Amino acid sequence: MIVAEQKPIDEIKEMAAPYRKLLVLGCGTCVQTCFAGGEEEVATLVSTLRLAAKVDGRDIEVEGLTVERQCEDEFIQEAAESIARNEAVLSLACGAGVQAIARRFYHTPILPGVNTTFIGVLEKQGLFTEECLGCGNCELATFNGICPIARCAKKLLNGPCGGSRDGKCEINPETDCAWQLIYDRSKALGKLDNLKAYRPARSWQASSAGGPRRLVREDHII
Amino acid sequence: MNPEPVSRLEQILKQGEFAVTAECGPPRGANADVIREKGELLKGFVDAVNVTDNQTAIVRMSSIAACVHLEQMGLEPVMQMVTRDRNRIALQSDILGAYSLGIRNILCLSGDHQTFGSQPEAMNVFDIDSMNLLHMVRTMGSEGTDMSGFELDEAPHMFIGAVANPFADPFEYRVIRLAKKIEAGAEFIQTQCVYNTERFKEWLRMAREQGLTEQVHILAGITPLKSANATRYMATKVAGMDIPDDIIKRIAGVPKSQAAAEGIKLCLETIQELRELEGIHGIHIMAIESEDKVGEIVEEAGLLPRPVVEV
Repeated sequence: MIVAEQKPIDEIKEMAAPYRKLLVLGCGTCVQTCFAGGEEEVATLVSTLRLAAKVDGRDIEVEGLTVERQCEDEFIQEAAESIARNEAVLSLACGAGVQAIARRFYHTPILPGVNTTFIGVLEKQGLFTEECLGCGNCELATFNGICPIARCAKKLLNGPCGGSRDGKCEINPETDCAWQLIYDRSKALGKLDNLKAYRPARSWQASSAGGPRRLVREDHII
Repeated sequence: MNPEPVSRLEQILKQGEFAVTAECGPPRGANADVIREKGELLKGFVDAVNVTDNQTAIVRMSSIAACVHLEQMGLEPVMQMVTRDRNRIALQSDILGAYSLGIRNILCLSGDHQTFGSQPEAMNVFDIDSMNLLHMVRTMGSEGTDMSGFELDEAPHMFIGAVANPFADPFEYRVIRLAKKIEAGAEFIQTQCVYNTERFKEWLRMAREQGLTEQVHILAGITPLKSANATRYMATKVAGMDIPDDIIKRIAGVPKSQAAAEGIKLCLETIQELRELEGIHGIHIMAIESEDKVGEIVEEAGLLPRPVVEV
């Protein structure tokens, strides 16, 4: 999923300050799963903003709504009426959702309420970890199911650096060394040979380095 | 590789001499005298001087420029180059430029992560890794082409080095990685500082068994310990460092004023032990901001005079 984290309340208040009618718009997919921008977070944020306005003596109307997915037009339409009666939208969706709303509602200011962080998983309760960089050319078969591009701090594809110690990454003792994981799993699978061959320099053309990406599906074009 | 040695360091290693190199960190400023003063301290005591490339991700005078300053005073530099700050385009360009300025030795590394440095907010590059950098330099020299296959007007023939850290994990992969570096183009290896000699010997034994010590010149890393506090700091805070407890106890066990002398004594014992090992062709002294101690270590170790060779 796309993992996001709600922005600090002070930053949200500052962004929202110029508006007297605000819609807090949640998204029911990724950001709901990672507790950053789903129905519950919308309800909490609406109350917090109302309360804060009251304390500051400001007259402000805050409305809340959550749609299934802010990145899809079909669901965005459900928010059209609410958006029309507000001055601005505070979107709790990922960066893609925020921009999809901005594209659809050209004359309404759209504010981001979360920081989109990474494509990851819930490793355990309360801990999300990054697993994928969306590099555009998946090599997980070679690395036996663990991605060094997303999970090695130096994106090393030819083995661990000299800072791998006791299974941890040198830059953060809380972070697993991706190469220790790759080595252990490859050994368990009897596939260490994958890691012995020299890997030539990688092409980053399919990644964001090649500029904003477009995916054309001829078979879906009407 | 190249039949004719391209540098004095290569010549010395090829003729079977026990080589001595030392590290020299460029200044955090534009004052070339700092590098010249360090160079003076090393002159006559070492065969080549490694110049670090923004080590620990702290901005310093560029390795290329500092190499040229050393070269002008008759010292042979080993230009260190990391893949952290430059993409393949910049790396290739700098290698061509360095060669044009007379630099003939290169040490290829991925580099300390920028979060350790003074500007952790910086973006890193890591377009290619140290393995790919080795391969790139070798191909530029042997094939005379850049990474796109374009034929270069003049090929840079360099003596190519890499690093190895036998003390990092996973241990068994360390020898695989050494083999890969040799395959990619490494002709000499400079290792992490050796304090845990048992582990080092085990790594070397595994490398020997695979015939790797016949294919590459390994120079073992040496760093004199200065004080008990510095030793503890290195043991716990410096990434990739392995200092066994008995070494920490030994340095902490002497009066403060004698700790540095004890550190030198330990270096000399380690050098003696390393010299006996089959497959060790030299030492690389990393006396960080103690370049004045290098001469003493080399002399006391009985490694003077250094051989005179012409390339």
